[in-house]
Amino acid sequence: MSATTADHARTKAKTRKNSLHKQRLWALWGSYAALSVFVVIFLVPPFYTLMTSLKSSAEISAQTGSPWMVNHPSLDNFWYLITYPNFQTYYINSVLVTIVTVAVSMVISVLAAFSLARMGFWGSQTLSTGVFLTYLVPPSLLFIPLFQIVGMLGLINNLWCLILLYPTLAVPFCTWIMIGYFSSIPKELDEAALIDGASYMQILTKIFIPVAMPGIIAATIFAFTVSWGAFLYPLAYLYTSNQMVLTVGIISDLIRGDVFQWGKIMAACLLASLPPIVIYAFLMDYYVAGLTAGATKG
Amino acid sequence: MADSSSMTATMASGSAQRAGSMKRFAQRKSTMGFLLCLPLILLIACFVVYPAFYAIYLSMLNKKMTAFVGLGNFAFLLKRHTFQLVIFQSCLFAVTSVVLKALLGFILAHLMHNIPDGTNQKIWRGLLLVPWVIPLALSTLTWWWMFDPSYSAFNWVLNQFGFDNVPWLGVGWIARVCTIAVNVWYGTPFFMIMYLAALKSVPEQLYEAAAIDGASTVQKLFFVTLPMMRNIISITVLFSLIVTFADFDIVRILTAGGPQDLTHVFATYAFQVGIQSGDIPLGAADSLFMFPILACAAFFVLRGVTQRTKEIAT
Amino acid sequence: MAEVSCRKVVKEYDGGVQAVKGIDLDIADHEFVVLVGPSGCGKSTTLRMIAGLEEITGGEIWIGGDVVNDVPPRDRDIAMVFQNYALYPHMSVFDNMAFGLKLRKFPKDEIKRRVDEAARILDIGMLLDRKPRALSGGQRQRVAMGRAIVRNPKVFLFDEPLSNLDAKLRVQMRTEIKKVHQTVKTTTVYVTHDQVEAMTLADRVVVMNHGIIEQVGTPQELYHRPTSRFVAGFIGSPAMNFLPCRIDEAGGGGLSVRVNNAVQIPIPAARTSRYAPFKGKEMVFGIRPEHLTQRREEGRPGFEPVELLVDVLEPMGMETMAHFFVDGAPVCARLDPATEAAPDVMLALTADMNQMHLMEKDSGKVV
Repeated sequence: MSATTADHARTKAKTRKNSLHKQRLWALWGSYAALSVFVVIFLVPPFYTLMTSLKSSAEISAQTGSPWMVNHPSLDNFWYLITYPNFQTYYINSVLVTIVTVAVSMVISVLAAFSLARMGFWGSQTLSTGVFLTYLVPPSLLFIPLFQIVGMLGLINNLWCLILLYPTLAVPFCTWIMIGYFSSIPKELDEAALIDGASYMQILTKIFIPVAMPGIIAATIFAFTVSWGAFLYPLAYLYTSNQMVLTVGIISDLIRGDVFQWGKIMAACLLASLPPIVIYAFLMDYYVAGLTAGATKG
Repeated sequence: MADSSSMTATMASGSAQRAGSMKRFAQRKSTMGFLLCLPLILLIACFVVYPAFYAIYLSMLNKKMTAFVGLGNFAFLLKRHTFQLVIFQSCLFAVTSVVLKALLGFILAHLMHNIPDGTNQKIWRGLLLVPWVIPLALSTLTWWWMFDPSYSAFNWVLNQFGFDNVPWLGVGWIARVCTIAVNVWYGTPFFMIMYLAALKSVPEQLYEAAAIDGASTVQKLFFVTLPMMRNIISITVLFSLIVTFADFDIVRILTAGGPQDLTHVFATYAFQVGIQSGDIPLGAADSLFMFPILACAAFFVLRGVTQRTKEIAT
Repeated sequence: MAEVSCRKVVKEYDGGVQAVKGIDLDIADHEFVVLVGPSGCGKSTTLRMIAGLEEITGGEIWIGGDVVNDVPPRDRDIAMVFQNYALYPHMSVFDNMAFGLKLRKFPKDEIKRRVDEAARILDIGMLLDRKPRALSGGQRQRVAMGRAIVRNPKVFLFDEPLSNLDAKLRVQMRTEIKKVHQTVKTTTVYVTHDQVEAMTLADRVVVMNHGIIEQVGTPQELYHRPTSRFVAGFIGSPAMNFLPCRIDEAGGGGLSVRVNNAVQIPIPAARTSRYAPFKGKEMVFGIRPEHLTQRREEGRPGFEPVELLVDVLEPMGMETMAHFFVDGAPVCARLDPATEAAPDVMLALTADMNQMHLMEKDSGKVV
């Protein structure tokens, strides 16, 4: 009798195990299916951008057939933009502004984060909190007084006003996450370096920066994204095409009154989105680390 | 070592001097710390703190900035119907978008958490993050083009199924929904990433313990997952509330506030009034209306982050 | 090479908490001194003050004949090995060891010579190109030591260097450290909470408690002649048994330790005069487990019979620990593994009263 009960129990366990397995499998495939739907929805705009950018103006204005498909794909739009001096100017301006912004922001925030993470001075705690609060100030809160200030500095319609102002958007967050990364370095490491004969600056350059490289990369990516994609400041403070950057240049240049050159606009969007996409594709992990660091570090 | 008498002498003469030099040594470190922070302090002081106070001053001037009008601009704005619409639309836009983003982000995070970790998950995550990566001003242009009145890609799809054209950005309420839709499309990946990170930080043993205690899937969600994620959920929601509330790019590009000023939010209205129409004080006053709400949200974000830092530390 | 001295050294943290309360200590050239004590006793703080990582609140620290209170760590010519190794994670083993020399602008070939020499002593020559994360705990510990050796400093400082290693490796590295010291003979200050480490490594052991030095002495001195109940209880494993007792008069002018009605043990004649002043007083009687055995030593002076009820037996292989309760106080004895003892059975023991200790009840001072 005991043998049969045992047998019975075993078969029961077996079926349960099978059903558990099946249940898991269903959950897995269900997740994949749902994710696929989301991916399709999420990728509709980029896909449409690509399709339109490959169409000629004639094909777009014909307004026949599916707008989602290209009948006669051509790279004319891209060629037009690459050889279009204004677009070249926007691109160069964007690159220039971004490089200077990233460099300035990183220097300021790494120095400050090192000090705030390790060298505590009177008021350093308050300053850390202040840095975080500054990070929460959106650009649209202060762009009007800044318009006046930029005017007073004589920098209206001058690229350099962006270089002056973009760091205010990037530095607080970069500092905040660098404080987090620096604080996670064991204190013994700087003590060992101190005993080995390093000065504070040497500890920063020879120990902290190399060890916190993932954080540096994440912060750099953030600074880059902010300054490459900013829209409000250039829209408010720049108005001639020789000073404009990509985000505003595309809109103001390729939309003339009621004439929308959609093929060229979309091609321009694609070219302008390329640097962030490329950086993202190669450094996704750092990108994600920077994204989540705001709430989990510090 | 020297004999004891001479040593005592050195000790006595040295200690007075030393007290000073020891203090100086400590001071040198904090001075250097302060100097390293100086660029940051200057930056924040000149371009954040000063403009904030300057905004308050500006908001109390008349249009030509020649006379002091006290709170006149604020009173004027509050009485204006357009501005009442702005307040309504800003709140509607922010709250609806954030709720939808949080819900979709939560669902997506769970779906992602269900599939095996590793390269597989990374690829899905990579695809789902694309909306967040493209500069918002540029992707909004595409949305605008898809909503285009004459040749809308969406209308073409509707036509295929036998529906009529929809005037996407031409009618107030539809346009409002469109701005929210674009914001949800753009911001959901951020919520997904945050929630996924939070989900991953819940220790597996807790689920195992709950399973042994006989908890169902739903019970696990309510008694394990949500309490463990509470902090991250609130930080993310509040943070997103700030960003969404202050959004400029989407509304500016998609509708520029129209039709009939129905989609204006604080930022776009401030731009129109302050920069385009040249009434800087009124624009400044408009922006400042955001401040109380942002300050409230910021306070709670800070509290949440401080708590979380403590939790991580312990 | 140098001697190290502490003169009335005090460390007070913000808020008035005194971690070190004025200690005096002289460490001779080439000496290996171990600071030992429970956590929070101030031993690490003392070491860090010698290193220059903590400011000295009061008193003076001398290294090699100079007051170093205001000398930054890098100019003190010391090297330190940390508990968590503190290897620079982004540098190879070679660079880790060479870092201090590079900062001091040593010529390249000199650096190479010194690193190779240290690597030879520590037997890590084949690891020089690896990154710290590719090393095992023991190897990391060797690299950390190598980093100290290449500098050829006046003083080595070790801050609980073996605490992160597993038990087996700890014993191995302990021997290694001793061997290195015998080779390079640098003055060494070593902090640990493990009294076995302290006993095996040290020329002299400094026992600290609550920010003061309890006793300084060679391992043998500390074991046989502890000056306080704290030291008596801290050194030795299992710890010394302490029983409240009264000194009674025994027949023939002798004295006896009276724990209770059942346990009264005569004190050897040699100690009668020493303990005579405490006749009739409440004291604490201390005896180590290894002096409470089953060996039959009748007739030899000082070996006295005691009978106790066995509570628990713990066979360890080479010996068996027997635990008893005497008036609620735990007592431990080391028995031969072949013992016939059983739980809840009375056991006849022999107490080696020549090795007894007697302490004042309140001060804990050994008399």
